[in-house]
Amino acid sequence: MNLKKILKENKKQIIKKWFDAVVETYPSDTAAFLKRQKDPFANPVGGMTIEGIDGLFDQLCIEEIDPEKVTSFLDPIIRIRAIQSFTPSKAVGFVFYLKRIIRDEVKNDPKLVGQFRDIETGIDQIALYGFDIYMKCREQIYEIRANEAKRISFSAFERAGLLRDKHGNDPGLLHDAEDLDAENEESGAKV
Amino acid sequence: MNGKYMFSLLAIFVLFLLPYVGVTAFGLKTLFGIFIPLIALTIFIIGFVRRIKGWSESPVPFRIPTTCGQQKSLTWIESSPIDNPTTKAGVVVRMILEVMLFRSLFRNLKFKRESNGILSYSWELWLWLGALAFHWAFLVTIVRHLRFFAEPIPYFVRALEFFDSFFRVEFFTDAFQVGLPGIYMSGIVLLAAAIYLLARRILLAQVRYVSLAADYFPLFLIIGIAVSGIMMRYASKVDIVGIKAFTMGLVTLNPTIPEGVGATFYVHLFFVSVLLIYFPFSKLMHMGGIFMSPTRNLTTDTRAKHYSNPWNYPVKTHTYEEYEDDYREKMIDAGLPVDKELAEVKE
Amino acid sequence: MSDLPKPDEFLTGIDHKMPQTDWMNTPTEIRKGMYCYASNYKSVEILGLPNARPWNPLEDDWKLPENWQQIIHEGFKERLDKFRSFKVFMDICVRCGACADKCHFFIGTGDPKNMPVLRAELLRSIYRNDFTTVGKILGKIGGGRKMTLDVLKEWWYYLFQCTECRRCSVFCPYGIDTAEVTIMGRELLNLIGLNIDWIATPIANCYQTGNHLGIQPHAFKDMLEFFVEDIEEITGINVDPSFNRKGADILFITPSGDVFADPGTYTCMGYMMLFHYLREKYGFDITWSTYASEGGNFGFFTSHETMKRLNSKMYAEAKRLGVKWILGGECGHMWRVINQYMDTMNGPADFLEEPVSPITGTKFENAKSTKMVHIAEFLADLIHHDKLELDPSRNDNFKVSFHDSCNPARGMGMFEEPRYVIKNVCNHFYEMPANTIREQTFCCGSGAGLNAGENMELRLAGGLPRANAVKYVHEKFGVNMLACVCAIDRAALPTSLEYWVPEVDTTGMTELVANALIMPGETKRETDLRGEPLPGMEEDDA
Repeated sequence: MNLKKILKENKKQIIKKWFDAVVETYPSDTAAFLKRQKDPFANPVGGMTIEGIDGLFDQLCIEEIDPEKVTSFLDPIIRIRAIQSFTPSKAVGFVFYLKRIIRDEVKNDPKLVGQFRDIETGIDQIALYGFDIYMKCREQIYEIRANEAKRISFSAFERAGLLRDKHGNDPGLLHDAEDLDAENEESGAKV
Repeated sequence: MNGKYMFSLLAIFVLFLLPYVGVTAFGLKTLFGIFIPLIALTIFIIGFVRRIKGWSESPVPFRIPTTCGQQKSLTWIESSPIDNPTTKAGVVVRMILEVMLFRSLFRNLKFKRESNGILSYSWELWLWLGALAFHWAFLVTIVRHLRFFAEPIPYFVRALEFFDSFFRVEFFTDAFQVGLPGIYMSGIVLLAAAIYLLARRILLAQVRYVSLAADYFPLFLIIGIAVSGIMMRYASKVDIVGIKAFTMGLVTLNPTIPEGVGATFYVHLFFVSVLLIYFPFSKLMHMGGIFMSPTRNLTTDTRAKHYSNPWNYPVKTHTYEEYEDDYREKMIDAGLPVDKELAEVKE
Repeated sequence: MSDLPKPDEFLTGIDHKMPQTDWMNTPTEIRKGMYCYASNYKSVEILGLPNARPWNPLEDDWKLPENWQQIIHEGFKERLDKFRSFKVFMDICVRCGACADKCHFFIGTGDPKNMPVLRAELLRSIYRNDFTTVGKILGKIGGGRKMTLDVLKEWWYYLFQCTECRRCSVFCPYGIDTAEVTIMGRELLNLIGLNIDWIATPIANCYQTGNHLGIQPHAFKDMLEFFVEDIEEITGINVDPSFNRKGADILFITPSGDVFADPGTYTCMGYMMLFHYLREKYGFDITWSTYASEGGNFGFFTSHETMKRLNSKMYAEAKRLGVKWILGGECGHMWRVINQYMDTMNGPADFLEEPVSPITGTKFENAKSTKMVHIAEFLADLIHHDKLELDPSRNDNFKVSFHDSCNPARGMGMFEEPRYVIKNVCNHFYEMPANTIREQTFCCGSGAGLNAGENMELRLAGGLPRANAVKYVHEKFGVNMLACVCAIDRAALPTSLEYWVPEVDTTGMTELVANALIMPGETKRETDLRGEPLPGMEEDDA
């Protein structure tokens, strides 16, 4: 018996169980909405989650998982969870729920237990990618904040001639970091 | 278990016991048949009017209609005269659609084509349908009951009964009646819709979360009214002629207690009385409130016509003169025109 | 969701199957990333608003006046007596739940208290307890509760998680408008000095200097003159805007965000080019003002009175300069204020004339009383009469979609004018799904004064439904440019899209017009207003 084949055959119900487990990480009334509302535009969180776990599940069922594809399916889910006041462990931990669900499928069939270890390794791998994505998203939030501030004030300073303009003309009152570094080096060299 | 609906259910049970025990054990027929209904009706009328009056006493300072369609601007752009009404007629149509067809609720309806090409629509359709069925059935049922309060029975009431009923094999004469009473759809629909709305409130986590005891109570009460009414008509078969004599006595303010009318009738009447009393103090006032909702009942011609705010009052502003005083020198240096030159103010 | 998970929760995923607590008993935790910093007391002082003092929402002591409960109670009563909307909305909600999942903040954050019905219940519960007999008798079972410090904190936290976008009011069978409830709630909070700084400081600036950013008159002029240089570089034409000029035909007012922040600056350049074009061709006579240099009105997010105080400058300046009517730039809540409040608050503007386009002769009947015309209406009329020479192929690098801004959509109904303009200046235009545009449009997630930096998670979560629809048209049609007619959108959407759909950029309608506008005597343009090479000019750039 081939576990991956069994999983493929039972995909629909496994995905459903997994999805239900993921949305149960939300308050119960929110979870009900996430499950009930099928329109992906009225319910992007539910929509992206189901789409993502569907793709991840397929990855587990093939020979070797493709990191790029895993990232593309994982990213939308984690991207949402990264801004939803989840702790990092909770934002990423939903991946592990699949272990329990598959274990229920495997029961104690000795033939399948060995194959289950492979799947488990796959799930662990996906979770690790998840942590990468989570970190990237969090970093990006800080970058975005900085970029926004820059769009507002920096460009204004630039226009006002307070910064070196785009043609490299004489800088105004403020030096940018490169200039300062260059100056420091120069002065250092003199000493 | 949810305390909120258990509380409401318990309340309904107590409200059931009061007339039942009162009439069967203590014979308080006059109290439950005459005094309470008349008091209830009085409270309803006074309460309803007071509520409406209370709302009208607060002015509408700003016109804040929610615009749900294209504004009327350039002549060659088609505007939405109903969803963005600039005329009173448009507002009237908007309100009629809102009140009679629950148009805004209908917006909830979402059709979605599944990947297999089948059109499916989401649960919200049922809220709209359920609400519509509930309210219309309620209205039909009320109008139908006018047969008890008018002699002769108005033509439109008879016509409505005719369309509302099926399986009707009935012969009425002044002296006797035979056959089966028609089954009224409105009663069945009312009960079914009320049960649906209740089930929705209890089963949908999202709606359960926002529901108060005050949301369950009227549903239980109306279910109680519908059940007792249906029981009387189809099960306990009360003496209609006797009841009519009684109700006519009520409206002519010359009430007499009918003989041979069972406790179910008093329960029915008491539930209705409770509803009448409860109505003006509850969310059921949405019946009157919807007509006064400023996001729906106002024209959107707010830029074309001047509307005034009855309590508009002058406010402290930062005037241009103050502004120029603050920045005059800088403005002159930048070549901006000023009302007063430096020399003028320096004196 | 913040407590440390128990080890087995990782594998079972049932950590939220705890017995559900009633919302009234769920305490509010003020979370980082979700709230905005408290108002700076100096800004509160400038406007003379109550209880100016430094305070921090994370501390237990909010430094409230001793009788704050009384102030709130009396303020509540006053508003019930003054606004029928408030009174009716407090009474008639049946909690049918139709609005529950219509709010972008609920959809994005998953926090049940962001369901519009519950946001309103935060106030309704106090209303029942304080102002209704039944509520007083029944207490909690009747849905009432006493005003406590916890309730107050809950108000503050959740009333500043509403962007007053009115989407819920479209779906409500009674037209209950949560924006109206939020507006009242924020007024009450302001009575005891509980504002956020992203609102308090802009209004203080606007009051003092004429605009939210606090740009002083000479600097405002300077900024526009930098744009003049940029425009000259791109088109070879020297546009010459005029300021505070008495006797001009028309006064132009736009949000100051467009003067300071990218990409609104390109829209601002667009206005300047358009006005220059019209002056050269048709003798169009328009002036900017440094005194009324703000179209936006963050006072609207504070109180009706503050809104009126800031808005008064528009008519005052129009009167002082002796113009005939006012033209307004692209902005969201600015237009809600103009369309539904200005004439009533500060009008009638008898000293102005009924607006007529001097170029086409079109009478703007819809603005007969307010005497203020939207730039999209003005532009659509010009294009309809074929008064602009346009080369839409200059925008061929853009596949454009249009984001209806909440206020022009649901507080005005301006859907076709901007679409008509955009379709005439762009060759590639695609609509987002029907339940995310027009009156059902999703908020950018940062309106009503919430576009601060510290509440970034909230803004990104609120921006998700909009971004999700953008992502759809991006993937389906290759849309790479999202057009809008709102300065807050232009500040907020680039941020939200950078996180959700980084391939899509944001633009104003007039920027697209200016790209396509063939100005008399211009040099061959090589780049668009952003300095990006025009289609077919890419090689020359190298």
